[in-house]
Amino acid sequence: MLRVVLAEDAVLLRAGLVELLTRVGHRVTAAVGDAGELARAVDADRPDVVVTDVRMPPGHRDEGLRAALELRARHPGLPVLVLSQYVATAYATQLLGGGASDGGGLGYLLKDRVGEVADFLDALDRVAGGQTVIDPEVVRVLLRQRTDDEPLRRLTPREREVLALMAEGLNNQAIARRLTVTEASVVKHTGNIFMKLELDPADGNRRVLAVLTHLRGDTAA
Amino acid sequence: MTVAVWEAVRRRPGRFPVSGWVPRCWAFLLGGTVLGLVVLVVFAALVAAGTVLAPVGAGLLLLLAAALLGLPVAALERRRLRLVDPEPPPSPHGTPPRADAPAWLGARLRERATWRELAYTLLLGVVLTATGLGFTALLGLSAVLTATPVIVWAVAPETVMLIPGKAVPHPLAALPATAVGLLGLLLAAYTGGLLAGAHVWLAKALLSPRDEEPNGRVIELTRSRARLADAFEAERRRIERDLHDGAQQQLVALSMTLGLAELELRGHDSPAAPLVTRARAEARGALDQLRDLVRGIHPQVLTDHGLPAAVTEVALRHPVPVTVDIDLPHRLPAAVETTAYFTVTEALTNAAKHGGATRVTVTGRLRGDTLLLTVTDDGRGGADPEAGTGLQGLADRLAILGGRLTVTSPAGGPTRLRVEVPCSA
Repeated sequence: MLRVVLAEDAVLLRAGLVELLTRVGHRVTAAVGDAGELARAVDADRPDVVVTDVRMPPGHRDEGLRAALELRARHPGLPVLVLSQYVATAYATQLLGGGASDGGGLGYLLKDRVGEVADFLDALDRVAGGQTVIDPEVVRVLLRQRTDDEPLRRLTPREREVLALMAEGLNNQAIARRLTVTEASVVKHTGNIFMKLELDPADGNRRVLAVLTHLRGDTAA
Repeated sequence: MTVAVWEAVRRRPGRFPVSGWVPRCWAFLLGGTVLGLVVLVVFAALVAAGTVLAPVGAGLLLLLAAALLGLPVAALERRRLRLVDPEPPPSPHGTPPRADAPAWLGARLRERATWRELAYTLLLGVVLTATGLGFTALLGLSAVLTATPVIVWAVAPETVMLIPGKAVPHPLAALPATAVGLLGLLLAAYTGGLLAGAHVWLAKALLSPRDEEPNGRVIELTRSRARLADAFEAERRRIERDLHDGAQQQLVALSMTLGLAELELRGHDSPAAPLVTRARAEARGALDQLRDLVRGIHPQVLTDHGLPAAVTEVALRHPVPVTVDIDLPHRLPAAVETTAYFTVTEALTNAAKHGGATRVTVTGRLRGDTLLLTVTDDGRGGADPEAGTGLQGLADRLAILGGRLTVTSPAGGPTRLRVEVPCSA
């Protein structure tokens, strides 16, 4: 059971998310509609995980995302799962760049993902558990475009698959399951990837960050 | 510059003397002569009195009035031109910043048009009056000669002498004079046409707005165009927000409900399960489409993160590899960002669709107050701004902001789009 603070300004969707989370046994301590209320609810409830929309009143810009980053600064390690309408990698980078280093789970999922209920709940659990989850769609956009990149081109197709799943935030065990290979061969692949991309093999979060940073390369704005 | 009267003479010289042009030209020239005389007298009086009274101070006002005499004269002349020209020139003067007299005076004294009008007025007073008087004499003499038989008949038994000492005995004896008079009138018809034409030409040359002086209408046109563009942009954003906050969220809620139903049906061997799964996939497809549509209307990342980030996102999604190098010291005005963004996306689309490019580079820098963007591709070139609506549309969009689009695209490539947008808005 997770104690969740939920911020989403669309009433229908908010009610649906509350129902979904409650039905699977989580407790939504507060379901709010704007960034200010979100901050107050988190300060008061100290939830296990925050689920927030990017775009929220009053400005209907990236208030939700910025509120999440401020909350992470105030409550280091607070797990935050951001639900976004945008594939835009700038938001994912903004989220990850703004406080992943102090630990605690972070997630950037496209809103459509809540339709795949099992995936969504799994992502929520992983974020609450301190892992980093990036939407496969965002990863796909990043990976596809960087294939002209010299080090990336040195990867075998299988290694690229592993990299994509790594970027999504899956651990070796989960990658092995997804690709139906042994965990040992995943370890071998990741070792090769880190070597070819000249990355430091590190723990989960930093691993994702390293991958993302590399994927976005110097095009990051 | 075409002068309608001259055109009329040139096209049908034989018919001109009996056309409606002749009385209008004569009226125009005679009116101009009278006006010229009045102007000459008024101007001379103002300058003389002004010079004499200058030490008292009041004279300066008179001299100022003399300097501004061109304004009413030119206004009258532009109206008078309608007599002999279907397209009289518009006023070259702009609208003063405020409605009060000092603002008006300041604006007028700074305008070059004011001084051209003064020059025209002086020409009218001297040269045009002189020629006008000569023409009046020709016309008057011809009229008198033509009418001699009538005069002889009317004043009899008094004697009429055309040549001193030689009386004309009776009306019929004056017929040769009539012939000479008619010849004179014929001459006056052509001379009038040519002179009126010269007058029109001079008036148009001196009293029309010059290119570098946008007149009131052009300024108003530019403003209304900018207002339209702003309104259009606001509408775009409204539609984007409505779609985002309405339809998109409802679809997400729908797909979530379907996902829940799927979860409930799992394990039960229900025939509804595959239907629910299919419905969820369809909702997902609709969401994808809607997301692309919303991005095409106005991308949120442009509003939140600015031009470099928004262009980078487009580049990431583009079928052709794109290198983005946009380095700006700060955010630009929203209108500039939006226009620049859509210019780049259109250019990228063209590069992929028509150019056969394998590599595109987008650079952006701020030089002073101007955003410089270049989009270069290694495609086959031959892009023609006149041919497609795409490039023309971009140029139009840029023109609203006072920007410029330069396309160099030799056959065989490369194609290079250069965009300049002033950011001082």
